Amino acid sequence: MHELAIAYSVVEIATQSAVEAGATGVKSVHVRLGALSGVVRGALEFSYEIVCAGTMLEGSSLVVTELPARVYCAVCAMEVELESVQLFCCPRCDTPSGDLRQGRELDVEFIEVDLPGDAHGNTGAGDSQRDSEQKR
Amino acid sequence: METRVLEIRKGILNKNDEIARRLRERLHACGLLTVNLVSSPGSGKTAFLQRTLRALREKGKAPAALVGDLATDNDAKRLAEAGVPVKQINTDGRCHLEAQMITDHLADWELSSFEYLFIENVGNLVCPSSYDLGEDVRVVLLSVTEGEDKPLKYPNIFNSADIAVITKMDLAEACEFDLGAARRNIQAVRPGMQVLTTSAKTGAGMSEWLECLAQEKRARGAVV
Repeated sequence: MHELAIAYSVVEIATQSAVEAGATGVKSVHVRLGALSGVVRGALEFSYEIVCAGTMLEGSSLVVTELPARVYCAVCAMEVELESVQLFCCPRCDTPSGDLRQGRELDVEFIEVDLPGDAHGNTGAGDSQRDSEQKR
Repeated sequence: METRVLEIRKGILNKNDEIARRLRERLHACGLLTVNLVSSPGSGKTAFLQRTLRALREKGKAPAALVGDLATDNDAKRLAEAGVPVKQINTDGRCHLEAQMITDHLADWELSSFEYLFIENVGNLVCPSSYDLGEDVRVVLLSVTEGEDKPLKYPNIFNSADIAVITKMDLAEACEFDLGAARRNIQAVRPGMQVLTTSAKTGAGMSEWLECLAQEKRARGAVV
């Protein structure tokens, strides 16, 4: 159960970016968790709320994108998604592959923040439309 | 007031990874091979390491060890019997070691006087998988008393390791341990991983393990 420590790091990273940008509040924090990251989503979400209490992130939501493990299959000459992390075999041709291409991700991708009135004429419109979906 | 998206794209464990990277550079500069031993509690890490340290010392090599536990210095005392420098790291309840703890505990050691550094991680098959300690080789131990399906239950740590060592082979028969099944399960979660079978009690398999360490050292030595 190291998710509390992970949650601390998430809050630290998000707070630093928010403060640097001059934000007054944080609406959401978007993280990516690979299937082999060793972090349990539920435990991280639980810890996040506790760690946020009393900080500028209090009340913000943690949005988790889970990424499945993907390996490169030399026989199929393509990247394939594993059906399970208990079996590192190409689901198309059954050839074992340990050539991991996705699954260890453990990162903060972006945050949504509140900025005070815009003095530069930017509306910020469209900024929230960013798609966090990384899956192909 | 407006809502803005701030791109971050930063690893949550960046801080640890950066400390580990610097530590690895320093250890390489001193010519050390660093081995991180991970396993569940009671898999025989300390007995295995004790035998390893003693054997290396008898061969005229210079090993040292750091050992992590939530509390007590019992393991450090056991390892020190091998007559090599050993230091205990108490994590005060934390379930894993982090790179900073390793850096701190190496501070007063003359690293260039060692050839091998072993880090015995806290007994835990979950959390240590996420933390780079600056090691060259991560070794996962699996004792025959734990059952053949441990790799399937904890695929993360087995997948993150470089070598698997099956310990307590002297008990294999009594436990009706199915070595073939254990090997298959290890290969299922980490295709191609080298698997060694050992007994710290009888010494079986230890010479293969020492040869494996020597090979790793030679391979790194050529690079460094």
